Amino acid sequence: MAAVEVRNVRKVYRRDAQEIPVLDGLSLDIADGDFVALMGPSGSGKTTLLNLIGGIDTVTSGSIRVGGDDLSRLTGRALARWRSRHIGFIFQLYNLIPVLTALENVELPLLLVRMSPKERRERARVALELVGLGDRLKHYPRQLSGGQEQRVAIARAVVSDPAVLLADEPTGDLDRKAAGEILDLLERLNGEYKKTIVMVTHDPHAAERAHRVLHLEKGVLSN
Amino acid sequence: MSLFSLVLVNLGRNKLRTALTALSVVVALFLFCSLRGVLDTLDAAIKVGSEARLVTRNAISLIFPLPPAYRERLAAQPGVKTVSWGNWFGGRDPVDPGDFYAQFAVDAATYFPIYASDIDLILADRPQGPGMVPAGVDPKLAAFFEDRTGCVVGEKLFRRKGWRLGQTVTVSGTIFPGTWPFVIRAVYRAKDPAFGEEALLFHWKYLEEKGMGGSGLVGWYVLELADPAAAGRVSRAVDALYENSAAATRTETERAFQAGFVSMYGNVPFLIGLIGFAVVFAILLVAANTMMMAARERTGEHAVLKTLGFDDRTLFLLVLAEGALLTFGAGLAGSLLAKLVLEGSGFNAGGLLPPMTVSWGTVAAGIAIAVFMGAVSGLFPAVRAARLQIVEALRKVD
Repeated sequence: MAAVEVRNVRKVYRRDAQEIPVLDGLSLDIADGDFVALMGPSGSGKTTLLNLIGGIDTVTSGSIRVGGDDLSRLTGRALARWRSRHIGFIFQLYNLIPVLTALENVELPLLLVRMSPKERRERARVALELVGLGDRLKHYPRQLSGGQEQRVAIARAVVSDPAVLLADEPTGDLDRKAAGEILDLLERLNGEYKKTIVMVTHDPHAAERAHRVLHLEKGVLSN
Repeated sequence: MSLFSLVLVNLGRNKLRTALTALSVVVALFLFCSLRGVLDTLDAAIKVGSEARLVTRNAISLIFPLPPAYRERLAAQPGVKTVSWGNWFGGRDPVDPGDFYAQFAVDAATYFPIYASDIDLILADRPQGPGMVPAGVDPKLAAFFEDRTGCVVGEKLFRRKGWRLGQTVTVSGTIFPGTWPFVIRAVYRAKDPAFGEEALLFHWKYLEEKGMGGSGLVGWYVLELADPAAAGRVSRAVDALYENSAAATRTETERAFQAGFVSMYGNVPFLIGLIGFAVVFAILLVAANTMMMAARERTGEHAVLKTLGFDDRTLFLLVLAEGALLTFGAGLAGSLLAKLVLEGSGFNAGGLLPPMTVSWGTVAAGIAIAVFMGAVSGLFPAVRAARLQIVEALRKVD
C-alpha cells in the first residue's frame, strides 16, 4: 500500500471574486519508506501539495489518502489529532517557540498525548539525541545555530513517531555545511527509521539525496 | 512541561508588558474593592443598630431637641422596658482639632444597662468612695458614677490618643461652648467591631448643668423594648402621642435610625459603585487590547501549534487561560490588598462610622470580576487563535 495516494486533486484559491488554480488534477503515489523531492518554480504548487498531504489545507476536488486514511473524511479535531499522530512537519524557518528550551520545543507534540511528564521528557531527550543535540537540551533557540535549530525542529517532527515527514525547504535558510548535515539526518531517518519523506526544495543538491525527484509546473507534474 | 506551564511561559515572554497589565488590574481591583469597602462599611453601620431598641427623635430633624418631660410618658408606654437618652456633644480636641472623635452625653444609669450586651468594660478606675452604682449597672463603673466629669472611652480611641485611666482630657465645645474637662474612668471594647470603639461617653447630667442651664433638653430617647416584635406598634403609639405637639416625634428601630444616617449620603453609594465599575471597565479595555496585541504577535506560533496537532479548542483554552490567569492573580492581589490596607487603616470617620471594612463578599466579587475581565479580554484573541487558518498564518510567517 502506498503511504500517500493523491488522486485527481484540484486546488483553487479564491481572492475576492478571482479564482487562482494552484493544482490541476494532480495524481501521485508515494510508497511507504520513499524519499521524494518536490521541485519546481515558485507558485508551481509544491508547498500547497505538501500542505494538502499534511492535512493543514483541504482539496477543492479529488482525494488524498495518507496511511490509508482519507483526509476528506477528517475535519476539525479529528484532523488535528490525526496530524499529531501521523505527520511530522519540518519548516524552512524552523518555527521553534523562542521562549521554550530545545527539550520543551520537542515535548510540544507530546502534550497532546496521554503520557507522564517523565516519559514525555525522556522521549524528547531521546529525539534530541537522535539528531545529535543531546548536549543542548536546555538551550533556547536563540542560543543555537541555524543548523542546530533545524535539528531541534526535526526532533520535534519525529518525537511522536509519525510515518510521514513533510519538509518544506528544510535547507533553504542554511549554509552548505549545515544543509548537508540536515540532509544526512533526513537520509538517516528514511534509511534507518523507514520514515516516508516528502521534501519541497529548490536546491538540486538537496533533491539528489531523494529517491525520486518530482517536478511540478503550473499545478501539474511535469515528469 | 505541561499545558499549564506553557501558559505560564507565554505570560512571562514579555515580562514588562505582563507586569504593567497585572499592575493595572491590581490598581483597578484595589480601587473597586476599596470603593465597595466604603459601601460595606455603610452597610455595617446600618446593621450595628438593634431591632429590639427604638430611637425617638424630633420629627423635624435630629438637630432639634425633645423636651425632658417626654421620658415619663415614653416609659409608661406598653411594651417599653427602659428609657434612656442622650445628646450629641460635638466637641473638638483643642490640641489637635483635626483629630475628630465623637462625644455623647448619655444618661449613664439607663444607657449602660441597655448596651451591656454590646460592650465589655476592659479597664476601670478604682472608686474613691463606697463604689455604689445604680441597679443593673456594671460595678466596674463605680468610679465613673462617683465623678460628675467622668467619662468612658472606646479602646481604640484610648490607645490611639495614648491616654491613661484617671487622666483629664479637655474638649472644646462647639454646640455647647466652653472648655470641658473629662476624667477617664473606664474603657470599653465593642463586642462587634462595627459598634465602634472611638466614642467618649459622659454624664448627661454634666452637660445639662453646665451646657444647657438645667433645661434638660434631650437629643434622642432610646427605648428598650420588652418584645422586639412590638417595635412597629410601639413606635406608632409613641409618634401618635406627640403628633400635635410642638415637638412631634419620629420613632423607629435603632437599625432604621442608623440607616437614616446612611441615607443622608444620598446617591453617594450609587456613585461610588458606579465609579468602581467604570474603573474596572476602563482597565478591561486596556487588558483586552494588551491580550489582543500579545496574541497577534504569536499568530505564527499558533499556526505552528495547530500544525503539530493542537486543535481549535485546546488553542482557544490556552489563549483564554493566559488572560484569565493574569487577571486572576492580579485581581486576587488587588482585592486582598484593599482588604489589608483599608482594614489596617482603622479609619472610622471619627467614630461616626464603624471601622472601614472590606467584606469577604467584596473580595470574592473583586476576584470574580478579575476572572471575568481575563475571560473577556482573552476571548477575542482566543477566538481568533481558534479560527486561525494554518496555511494563511504560516504564509505570513514565511
